[in-house]
Amino acid sequence: MKIGLVLEELHRSENELAHELLKVSERHKVDHDIYYLARDLAKWSQEHVREIAKIAKQYGQELDPEPRDEAAVMEKLREKGSELMGRRGEAGLLLLRDLREVYLKSCGVSADWEMLAQAAQGIKHTDLLEVAQRCHAQTVRQMKWANGKIKESSTQILVS
Amino acid sequence: MARKDRIADPWGTRTPYGAGESWPVRVDAHLAEGVAPEDVDRWVQTASILHSNGDAMDIAVKDQRIVGVRGRAVDRVNHGRLGPKDLYGWQANASPDRLTRPLIRAGGQLVETDWDTAMDRVVARSKELLAEQGSSAIGFYTTGQLFSEEYYTLGVVAHGGLGTNHVDGNTRLCTATAAEALKESFGCDGQPGSYTDVDHADVIALFGHNMAETQTVLWTRVLDRLEGPNPPKVICVDPRLTPVAKAATVHLAPRPGTNVALMNAILHEIISNGWLDTDYIQANTVGYADLEKMVKDYPPVLVAEICGVPAEKIQEAAAIIGHAERLLSTVLQGFYQSNQATAAAVQVNNLNLIRGMLGKPGCGILQMNGQPTAQNTRECGADGDLAGFRNWSNDAQVEDLAKVWNVEPSSIPHFSPPTHVMQMIRYVEEGSIRMLWVSGTNPAVSLPELARIRSLLTQERLFLVVQDIFLSETAQLADVVLPAATWGEKTGTFTNVDRTVHLSDKAVEPPGEARPDLDIFIDYAQRMGLKDKDGEPLVKWHDPESAFEAWKECSRGRPCDYTGITYDKLRGGSGIQWPCNEENPEGSERIYADGKFWADPEYCESYGRDLLTGAPMEASEYKALNPEGKAIIKAAEYTPPHELPSQKYPLQLITGRTLFHFHTRTKTARAPELQAAAPEVWVEMSADDAGAYGIAEGDLAEVETPRGSVRAQVRISGIRSGVLFLPFHYGYWDTDGGHEPPGNGRAANELTITEWDAASKQPIFKTAAARLTRIAAGDGPSSAPTNTASAPAAGIQAAAFPAGKLTSGIPSAQAYETIEGAASGGAS
Repeated sequence: MKIGLVLEELHRSENELAHELLKVSERHKVDHDIYYLARDLAKWSQEHVREIAKIAKQYGQELDPEPRDEAAVMEKLREKGSELMGRRGEAGLLLLRDLREVYLKSCGVSADWEMLAQAAQGIKHTDLLEVAQRCHAQTVRQMKWANGKIKESSTQILVS
Repeated sequence: MARKDRIADPWGTRTPYGAGESWPVRVDAHLAEGVAPEDVDRWVQTASILHSNGDAMDIAVKDQRIVGVRGRAVDRVNHGRLGPKDLYGWQANASPDRLTRPLIRAGGQLVETDWDTAMDRVVARSKELLAEQGSSAIGFYTTGQLFSEEYYTLGVVAHGGLGTNHVDGNTRLCTATAAEALKESFGCDGQPGSYTDVDHADVIALFGHNMAETQTVLWTRVLDRLEGPNPPKVICVDPRLTPVAKAATVHLAPRPGTNVALMNAILHEIISNGWLDTDYIQANTVGYADLEKMVKDYPPVLVAEICGVPAEKIQEAAAIIGHAERLLSTVLQGFYQSNQATAAAVQVNNLNLIRGMLGKPGCGILQMNGQPTAQNTRECGADGDLAGFRNWSNDAQVEDLAKVWNVEPSSIPHFSPPTHVMQMIRYVEEGSIRMLWVSGTNPAVSLPELARIRSLLTQERLFLVVQDIFLSETAQLADVVLPAATWGEKTGTFTNVDRTVHLSDKAVEPPGEARPDLDIFIDYAQRMGLKDKDGEPLVKWHDPESAFEAWKECSRGRPCDYTGITYDKLRGGSGIQWPCNEENPEGSERIYADGKFWADPEYCESYGRDLLTGAPMEASEYKALNPEGKAIIKAAEYTPPHELPSQKYPLQLITGRTLFHFHTRTKTARAPELQAAAPEVWVEMSADDAGAYGIAEGDLAEVETPRGSVRAQVRISGIRSGVLFLPFHYGYWDTDGGHEPPGNGRAANELTITEWDAASKQPIFKTAAARLTRIAAGDGPSSAPTNTASAPAAGIQAAAFPAGKLTSGIPSAQAYETIEGAASGGAS
């Protein structure tokens, strides 16, 4: 059985998605809804990391339940940079690139959860299936958020 | 005919009535000093433009001047009554400082010019930007105070003519959540309730809605029910001790920002006690199972901790709602301008849905509006929607609109949601919107975080056009100022929150060269040479009535169907509720009877959004969720506000309004009776907090957030402890500062946070973390009104408020009051 490996991969990819969302949040402090929502959505991934670590024990995996931490100093630096950049058009391109990254990373996480849910159904592990379905629903919302923001922002950023 | 000081008694004399009876008529009037009713040359029909209730009235004209107003007894909305802002506010029209000539900026100064010069400058800049960048460089920010004909024309010019997606109204600040909550639950905007539901309801639940001050005449209707036989029970959710809270059977005063938790607890109680209409849920809704699952996690004992409200009180409120036979729910800014705005407002819809209480007398929802013509901004497509509640993500509906306008569908921008004002402001900040045309509103006072707003509106690279009736704070920053006519000086229609359409006829000429907003928009379209696809002028109308006829055609077959209404039909009688068409020639008192909604996937205005992330739902998702067009029950998890109190900022700041002023006081401060009733900004805090801070009534204090500071005299009121309240009306036009603080700030929006609800995009004015410092002793009590939510706390009333310090009118505040059938014409 290779479920432990999938869990390990998910643990890594959710950690990365959380990290990415926090980075995007800090970079785009002057785009207020990006700033707040990316933070909120990062919390979901951090919560997923805890859930994965908890259930992974049943599959022989010792994973760190604490999400990767962000260095507070870096955060302040990036926020300051965001404020300085806020009045320049190039910030828009950076935003699109960052949203694309969030979208791609969340797609990857979504695929991982789907694999896990399929396996859990096959072996009738209802606990695992419950976690996979609950977390996956949130991953899909993260994906749709990034996709929606890309659609909403591209025109203005690319034609102006 | 009795005389009454309607500043001291804003709601006037009681005319009690019982459930199911007709609300008695009481005609209120006010005339200029020295003018008697028999002196009036003529009465001209209109409705109120200083709040959202839609009270019908006649303007008194003598010697070609407005000399007063009188309520219209025949109208379904007010049965003759008027509120204080209506009774006194008309005087602002004749202020000597009205704008009478266009202004353009020359050598850094605004100087008078003629219309040709001003319009040519606007047109030249528009054309330049279209050539350089395209329509994405131009944005329009309008209001909730123009008329249907004007919004419709603006929408056609901007969406169909220039092809810009950047059109919004200041309705974003007041009513965006109402619209969004209706779209989420019913697939479409459109008010499920009717004011006549007040006549029948046995429970009226007001969520974040201080009706007593925002819609005084509707509250008068409630007060008359409360004094009559079989009075309704009243539930009030508000952190302040408002007049509504004082009249309530149960008052819940939650911690700001926790509305969704509170609503989930009420829903939890209703569901766990089985106070449900399961047949209705089964037949007419989708999504109930999700709600049931979600609210399981919100038992009152847990929520009591989150909201700071006793669990028993939540249970008591839920039991009253749960046993209601005719439930009327109303919602306003306490929900719309707070954390998780749409999610919270949607839970109110869910209450009525799971109790099966819609579309029947007394069973309704009023997702209220803040401004008098906000409904029309929404209907006509001037606020980030497409005209006629058309769905921007439904190609067939966009094609239909293109047919009405005779343009190619591709020339109507519909590749993404229309840009909301906070995003437009961001585009101004980063420099991609380079021309902003503001009509009838004052963002330099009303948007959040004013230091930021001022700094970006004053950028050299921004071309700012302001169309207004006074030189507002925003107009002072403009490159071109266009002087507009206002209510009473132009003709048009507008619609209140319960879908009642009123005609507002021209009574007098506008001052100087001021022109109706409609004429200005049409003039712009002509000068720009905007054409339809056959090369004919895009705007094919030339006056209000022809514009109305064009709008009617656009509304044909849509929920807000106006095709059965004409100007003639509106003249003389009562206002008419849409939809008004061949099937409903006299209009429609209630919609959504028998579970019939406008939510069919092909017909609905919106597929909805993720309430938490705001991501739009795709057509395919909506069709899968709701193939038969039922009502949609959407659950939402509670998430705390982003800015929570801290050691440095230990209090929570909410902003709001007072009965005596409207918006940024451009009109109400120029009506002496209203200005005298609330002359200066104040800050409210509880008696407990005042004790802890060593503050006495009337002391001068400074309120700070990370964004700025405001100085105000303290009113010790009945507000929840830990919460401060500032009225948002007070800007700088009547100070030495002009458009900015003359030193210390007084505009509440110096302090508010730049953040908005993800679904409705309405800014969050009611959850900032703040601190307060005592600056000096006051020279007496604060001048805040004493007969509204800012009333002094019970304990300090007697000591600090000798009779002369209580709110009462100046001598000219005496108004007329005539109660139909009363022998003496009513007691006074």
